[in-house]
Amino acid sequence: MGSLERVVVVGASAAGVTTAETLRREGYTGGLVLVGDEKVLPYDRPPLSKQVLAGTWEPEKTVLRPDSAYAGHGIELRLGSAATGLDLARRTIALSTGEEIGYDGLVIATGTTARTLPFGHDLKGVHVLRTVDDAVALRGDLLRSASVVVVGAGFLGSEAAASARRLGLDVTLVDPLPLPLVRPFGDEVGTAIAGLHEEEGVRLRLGTGVTALHGEGAVTGVGLSDGTVLPADVVLVAIGARPATGWLDGSGLPVDDGVVCDATCRAADGVYAAGDVARWFNPHFGGLMRVEHRMNATEQGMAAARNLLGAQVPFAPAPYFWTDQFDARIQAYGVFPAEAEMVVAHGGVAERKFVAHYLADGRVVGVLGWNMARQLRADRQLVRSAA
Amino acid sequence: MKVRIDVDACVGAGQCVLAAPDVFDQRDEDGMVVLLLETPPPALEAAAEHAALLCPALAIAVDR
Repeated sequence: MGSLERVVVVGASAAGVTTAETLRREGYTGGLVLVGDEKVLPYDRPPLSKQVLAGTWEPEKTVLRPDSAYAGHGIELRLGSAATGLDLARRTIALSTGEEIGYDGLVIATGTTARTLPFGHDLKGVHVLRTVDDAVALRGDLLRSASVVVVGAGFLGSEAAASARRLGLDVTLVDPLPLPLVRPFGDEVGTAIAGLHEEEGVRLRLGTGVTALHGEGAVTGVGLSDGTVLPADVVLVAIGARPATGWLDGSGLPVDDGVVCDATCRAADGVYAAGDVARWFNPHFGGLMRVEHRMNATEQGMAAARNLLGAQVPFAPAPYFWTDQFDARIQAYGVFPAEAEMVVAHGGVAERKFVAHYLADGRVVGVLGWNMARQLRADRQLVRSAA
Repeated sequence: MKVRIDVDACVGAGQCVLAAPDVFDQRDEDGMVVLLLETPPPALEAAAEHAALLCPALAIAVDR
């Protein structure tokens, strides 16, 4: 493509902000617009379920960059305006404000939106947790309440359950799967996480689905698949997220559980994607991959920006991610397929201080550390060298 | 260049140590960041800046 005069980045969270900054860092001097649907300055999401919910951080501490940094980089911020449509032929984006803006280069970083249950979200006291406004609203309700039911024992749900427990609430964690975080980490780590939550006083209702949310006006209980009803002043629904691609419907851009991209994060001529919304071909693993983790937002934002400027470098990372729950800091690097064999390489699971290797076809494809950060960092090279 | 760290924000990812091992380290017990060089020499400035960009917890700031 020819020289770029105007780049639009849609999505003003970690991936979008990193993309815009990297474009400048790499010497791009043309027009640069960063579009975000939320009204507040771009902020960081991992602390929302942890420090912000627990109240150890004011929400303002999550802001990614001061307002002045955008002007300083010549980045035009369009906050409070959602993208509503894309015209690939005319190279324009429609905004919820009614405006239409043109681009030579486009980076899509619209992230994900929280999945919801097919019922009950109209009741007061029922929450999802994706945005800083969500976190502030949930915390406000928790501080006025005695009991919370968290639906979903993945990363977000188990972290939020821990934070709510620390606030002194009666907490029940419900999931249709038999263990928390069993899908990413397997039985042994899932069992250890379950044990930690039980020790800390979280009630677990695992292997149990949710069939109804009860209440009139405000939620009072959660109906379970075994017929029981858990009383609840507050309910957090943390059942995953879906890529925010609705605005691309009918655009002709390939969308299939995310914006489908090649190895350079390119989705169409002059169009790239980064962060939670991007499903790209990762040559390191030889398949399409979509990663909803913080580190990927930064790394893929950098990669998409450089490739938009012509670098043509495949984006081939091994994912890195972490979770903090009570006194456990669990860090992971690589991939964790269900069929992988887990081997404890350092420390012990019972001591809650260990590094485990996950092997598939005799190769280390993932390493996981529980309160053993330095060793985990050292063992990351096993994932790299095995590729 | 002056480097500042926010241990309260650090998540112990170790990205900074991988990016700039002469500037950053991690504590043994909990993996929190340790600043080895508050004012890195010019040869290490680019690495320190890269570490700040990569930190997933925004726990590193570099002032030029």
